[in-house]
Amino acid sequence: MSGDNIACPVCDVMYHLPPELADGETRCARCGYRLTLGQSEAITRVVGLALTSVVLMGMVVFLPFLDLEAGQFSNSATVYDAVMGFSTGIMMPLSLAVMGFIIVLPLLRFGLLIYALAPVVLHRPNAPGANAALRVAIRLKPWAMAEIFMVGVAVALVKLAGMATLHMGPAFWAFVGVVVVAALKDTLMCRNTLWTALANNKA
Amino acid sequence: MDRAGQQQSLTTAREAGMVGCTYCGLLLPMDQAHCPRCGAGLQSRDDQSLQKVWAWLLAGLIAYVPANLYPMLRTTQMFHTTESTIVGGVSDLIHHHAYGIAFIVFFASVVIPIGKFIVIAYLAYLMSRPHKSDPHRLHLLYEVVEFIGRWSMIDVFVVAILTALVQFDVLATINPGIAAVCFALSVVFTMLSAQSFDSRLIWDRLEKGSFHG
Ligand SMILES: [Zn+2]
Ligand SMILES: [Zn+2]
Repeated sequence: MSGDNIACPVCDVMYHLPPELADGETRCARCGYRLTLGQSEAITRVVGLALTSVVLMGMVVFLPFLDLEAGQFSNSATVYDAVMGFSTGIMMPLSLAVMGFIIVLPLLRFGLLIYALAPVVLHRPNAPGANAALRVAIRLKPWAMAEIFMVGVAVALVKLAGMATLHMGPAFWAFVGVVVVAALKDTLMCRNTLWTALANNKA
Repeated sequence: MDRAGQQQSLTTAREAGMVGCTYCGLLLPMDQAHCPRCGAGLQSRDDQSLQKVWAWLLAGLIAYVPANLYPMLRTTQMFHTTESTIVGGVSDLIHHHAYGIAFIVFFASVVIPIGKFIVIAYLAYLMSRPHKSDPHRLHLLYEVVEFIGRWSMIDVFVVAILTALVQFDVLATINPGIAAVCFALSVVFTMLSAQSFDSRLIWDRLEKGSFHG
């Protein structure tokens, strides 16, 4: 079965995409879905950006995120504190879910992408289970909510502006970095290119 | 930009007795169960799509009711505790003249969830029989719902951050309310509902000759 023949995953229309067409940007003629992005060299950048995100996320977890001062009181919170705010009694599952949405799932996505694609970039044989890793990474996309958390932070800052003085810690800026780098990475990810590269790398 | 289909007539994989992999796009014979390129399971159409959509939607709707009735935040200031619901929080923000933020929270917590319930129900209802609606419009509706639904989670994150930061003994303490759990569940359920929808149905169930392409 040739990889040149594909069906639009959104509306099921079939296309014959020879390599010269798949190397450019193509869209489904019926529903407009972007079938190919055609940046075969982008895989290296996807892996690089995923690695950058992992490093930044490490900083996010361990460094102070926000610093709050009200009168003689002062409170410094890491992202871990923010997540564990729910961790009493029946709120515990929510803490774990929030932790998953903003740290674990984004980190897992970056890790899976590196695991599946780094061998392709380094011209090594595919890692065992590389296909499953890439599938899970694609599947997890809507559940990684780092950028939504950032908007939540902005709302919280406005709510607190009247009652306290706030300072952004290094983790805050690292988190902004994660959001920007992850968004950049997602614009470079062409599913067709990734799967083709992974399939061709088996030899 | 190349329109891939310009030189080709539009035939669906199903009409040709083939099945397309929804993960990697590869076109395969109908009898194949797994995609040889990416390993995903193959299904020409998800037969249970609409049942799953309705079930998750109902679960989301059920969780959304207590999310609005119970408090999202419990603020204790000088031994005095006030509780605020989602809508209460928005009116507090308006009271403090933070109109932009009030709008964001209202949009994410009220407009998006309710809009999403209506749009998903509308799409699922239309798909239960042949329809005459413009497939491009339906597809756009679906894409908007899928893209925007996750942003409802903003208010849950706001509660998490406020709870972590505002712990100053008697001066001020903020704790989460049970509505935060219900709201988060409602968002998750409606996201699952939208993801269960098989977008290929939009064109399958189109009545012959009502729209081109
Ligand atoms: Zn299409
Ligand atoms: Zn596949």
